[in-house]
Amino acid sequence: MTIFHYDVDADGVATIAWDLPGANMNVMNAEGFAELEAAFDKAFADDAVKGVVLTSKKKDFAGGMDLNVLGQAKAEAEASGLNPAEGLFNMIQDTHRMMRKIELAGMDFKTKKGGKPIAWASPGTAAGIGLELGLICHRRFAADNPKAKIGLPEIMVGIFPGAGGTTRLIRMLGVMGASQFLVEGKMMEPKKAKANGLIDEVVPADELLAKAKEWVLNATEADCVKPWDAKGYKMPGGAPYTPSGYQMMAGGVAMIHGRTQGAYPAPKALMSAIYEGACVDFDTALRIEARWFTSILMNPSSGAMIRSLFLNKEALEKGAVRPKDVPDMSVKKVGVLGAGLMGAGIAYVSARAGIEVVLMDRDQEAADAGLAKIAAILDGGVKRKKITEEGKAEVLARVTATPDYEALKGADLVVEAVFEDPKIKADVTKLAEAQLGPEAIFATNTSTLPISDLAEASRDQNRFIGIHFFSPVDKMMLVEIIKGKNTGPEAVAKALDFVRQIKKTPIVVNDARFFYANRCIIPYGGEANRMIAEGIEPALVENAAKQLGFPLGPIQLGDETAVDLAEKIMRATKEALGKDYPESNGDDVVQHLFDLGRLGRKTNAGYYDYDEKGKRTGLWRGIHDKFPLADEQPDVTEVKHRLMLAQVLEAVKALEEGVLEDIREGDVGAILGWGFAPWSGGPFAWLDIMGADKVVAICDSLAQKHGERFNAPALLRDVADKGETFYGRFGPEAKAAA
Amino acid sequence: MTEAYIFDAVRSPRGKGKKDGSLHEVTAVRMAANVLNELKARNDLDESQVEDVILGCVTGVGEQGACVARSAVLYAGWAESVPGLHINRFCASGMEAVNLAANQVRAGAGDLYVAGGVEMMSRVPMASDGGAIAVDPYLAMSAYMAPQGVSADLIATKYGFSRDDVDAYAVESQKRAAAAWAEKRFGDSVFAVKDQNGITILDHDEFIRPGTDMQSLGALKPSFKDLGETMPGFDAVLKIKHPDVERVNHVHHAGNSSGIVDGATAVLIGSKEAGERLGLKARAKIRHTAKIGSDPAMMLTGPVPVTEKVMAETGMKISDFDTFEVNEAFAAIPMMFMEEFGADPVKVNPNGGSIAMGHPLGATGAMIIGAALDELERSDKETALATLCVAAGMGAATVIERV
Repeated sequence: MTIFHYDVDADGVATIAWDLPGANMNVMNAEGFAELEAAFDKAFADDAVKGVVLTSKKKDFAGGMDLNVLGQAKAEAEASGLNPAEGLFNMIQDTHRMMRKIELAGMDFKTKKGGKPIAWASPGTAAGIGLELGLICHRRFAADNPKAKIGLPEIMVGIFPGAGGTTRLIRMLGVMGASQFLVEGKMMEPKKAKANGLIDEVVPADELLAKAKEWVLNATEADCVKPWDAKGYKMPGGAPYTPSGYQMMAGGVAMIHGRTQGAYPAPKALMSAIYEGACVDFDTALRIEARWFTSILMNPSSGAMIRSLFLNKEALEKGAVRPKDVPDMSVKKVGVLGAGLMGAGIAYVSARAGIEVVLMDRDQEAADAGLAKIAAILDGGVKRKKITEEGKAEVLARVTATPDYEALKGADLVVEAVFEDPKIKADVTKLAEAQLGPEAIFATNTSTLPISDLAEASRDQNRFIGIHFFSPVDKMMLVEIIKGKNTGPEAVAKALDFVRQIKKTPIVVNDARFFYANRCIIPYGGEANRMIAEGIEPALVENAAKQLGFPLGPIQLGDETAVDLAEKIMRATKEALGKDYPESNGDDVVQHLFDLGRLGRKTNAGYYDYDEKGKRTGLWRGIHDKFPLADEQPDVTEVKHRLMLAQVLEAVKALEEGVLEDIREGDVGAILGWGFAPWSGGPFAWLDIMGADKVVAICDSLAQKHGERFNAPALLRDVADKGETFYGRFGPEAKAAA
Repeated sequence: MTEAYIFDAVRSPRGKGKKDGSLHEVTAVRMAANVLNELKARNDLDESQVEDVILGCVTGVGEQGACVARSAVLYAGWAESVPGLHINRFCASGMEAVNLAANQVRAGAGDLYVAGGVEMMSRVPMASDGGAIAVDPYLAMSAYMAPQGVSADLIATKYGFSRDDVDAYAVESQKRAAAAWAEKRFGDSVFAVKDQNGITILDHDEFIRPGTDMQSLGALKPSFKDLGETMPGFDAVLKIKHPDVERVNHVHHAGNSSGIVDGATAVLIGSKEAGERLGLKARAKIRHTAKIGSDPAMMLTGPVPVTEKVMAETGMKISDFDTFEVNEAFAAIPMMFMEEFGADPVKVNPNGGSIAMGHPLGATGAMIIGAALDELERSDKETALATLCVAAGMGAATVIERV
């Protein structure tokens, strides 16, 4: 298999062009590394070759490492009986050796003479190892392609650049200049990448190779020497023990620590690699980077994050759970019923994806209000330069706002997002379906009502489904697809194809109270309310949640989602469950705030106080008049366990009851749906990291102290008793084997 | 066991730790040598009898680097047989020098020591010695490191001290220090720093602001608010360790925190036999010493656990102490001490402290032992406790008893 094509032109410039067979995007694997090294060896050994251009035959340079390889390398090292850390470390060190050899380009290290110039020529996106290869080259060219993204996004999946990218970028740009790439994983289009020092030249796409070759032919020996290999090199911004470097490092450490709340291992290890590496020479720094990178690969969090945030997210987006034998059901025309916040959001994402949209409400005025909401979202995009004025006009042109049901004619999908009232929903279902062809699928965006009940209003329950969006629709990446008891495969395929079109991530679950996401979120808020009622310091609850890696604490979440909604759900659930309703003193907290009209952010008063501009000023301490603070406060660990298990046990029960059919969906859905501790990889990954037996022990102790809601579900107990893991028992491999 | 006694304690006046401070022109080694020779002169000391000169100094770089104690011995023209030891336990360095000397005397490892400290903060800026604890990510994150002032604000928050509370404390510190100078309460412990021609450079603490009142302090902006809340946001780091805190109340500023000053001090310590041999009169016995490590995030709570340790080890009660010196690193520290132990405010830092007179980091620990001794003698009382909070979460204490 040829991955790297080698070719020497008449001027003596060798071109090494990356073209991974059978793939749209180059990704790096072990064979790739071997071929790349062989190609450069050949160029260095051939006296006729004056220099090299490293490029790609595809429209992009590379998407990064094949992340499966990292997992495999670890598994192989483990299987061979070696110390897996040592196996990984050796593998990484070998990569450094190879890349360092290319960087030094055959020069004599002492005199820095005799090196062959190497230009990097990227036609498009270059991420991760793609850019790290660029960083070893002596000059970086990128085609002027505004769609291209250049950067090092490793941190987003729980690792950091470990093929020299950390060490090289710090030395190129300094701690300050490099941090947006290393710490935040920012990707930039070529011009911006150049302005921020990541690359050297942006050239017209059709001149990319010519310009790169021209540089190679004119390059001097000094051009082949990296700044860190040249005499008198000083790190931009100063090394850690210089006055400026010291301040920067101290501030940087604190900022990252505060922002990540210590929950994420990768930023910590990255910072250590930066600091320790910046104190020593380049080659020692690479070895230090390799040690920290190894520690991150060995940390279960990185594996869990890669699995959920990259591999499984992508698998779900590519239709891992789509009924296989249903042909493409892409949506051409969608009807959206209800032009409120949700309806407008759904219409927006659909129109943005190129789908023709009919946005309906009871009168023209209401429908137009929905259209105005779409225009407002687009205006925001124009301001942030995400879309042009023309683009905005095109999107708006795809939306017809009307109260007229006849406009739905020809729609192949309808999503209703009207008031959460079964009667109203039944009416609009009938009215809409009267206009639709028999193939059309009808979806409801309900978040609380059982799909199977709503389906009874439909002419064809087989083609009726739940598509549950999260608010705000334009920002939230998860879509929860709910099958009613009679929903057929075509409806599922339709929903999945629609979600793919609007570039979101789907999970498919079965119909049960609150489906999956809300089923887990509601007890999270409920547990916080119980703690307030018990007199636990609410700041402790909020901070505990942040330390777990939740983007916002459950109490703040209560204000954002509104107290009257919580009150309504509470009342409805009580009504539905009757004597089975689990009584909670937390409900008294909701009721108290509701009675006082402190409904949350929307009333500028809730669990928190707000100033007149709507900015949160602090927790409302008046709550303690009714629920006084307890003298004895619990340890933060107990608060964390309560908050975590309130959600995780629901996820386990959802799996146990068959609401969830695939734990991948449970994990990806939790992170994207409600920001569940991304470092953990999701509730099931968290259980595996913790160990089921340990979690059962925590459950037992919490149940004794706080009640039976913490009883370990039978499934969790069984996994613990058998010494299994959730991914071991329910992962896709186990499923395939069964 | 041999007991350790204090024969004498002298200190320099404290000069403003800036370019316009009177002592700015004096080198650190010269300051340290001055104080050694002052001690020698006052006691007619045969310095060749001294087992070791132990000096605390926090920022041991530049002219304060490379064992400033040995440099001072040589600069002072002392017998070359006298060695020198430089130690650093941050703000307790001077105290630790005294305690180390005392404990060696008690153990029989030599019977006469000079212990003290020097810090010329105008010449060798605080924190210019670097150090991993703020910048090594692994360490800084493990320790939840923040600048001291932010930690002091956290302590004030946890104890519920308001801005007015800490300002009121600072006003009182200024009042007491001014009164102490007016009444010459420091006796002849403070010597005049003179140049090579015998011309006086400084003979009094020049940092004191006697007219300080609530209004003048009220005008000052909190010093650590931005570091805590905005750039880079140390409050968030501290709250990881202290999740019960909703918001850190930033109350400290230049007027209620210890002053940056220049100064040096030396204490003569030895056994009863050494005193008899050399004709030195013991002024006090060093009854007990202690040091502890504490939460590095709150950082400055050390005086509480170290005092508890002292009491546990000696069986003493708070009421057994006639006077307390609790270093005023920040107003919240002595306030915390009083709150925890119910100590009588009249007895705590009766002659003012570092807020009014300044805090020459490496010297203060020994200076407050001297101050406690002066106060016991002035008031004709018996027992004193001196204690300091220490960076990175430590504490130190010394109990002295008049003989």
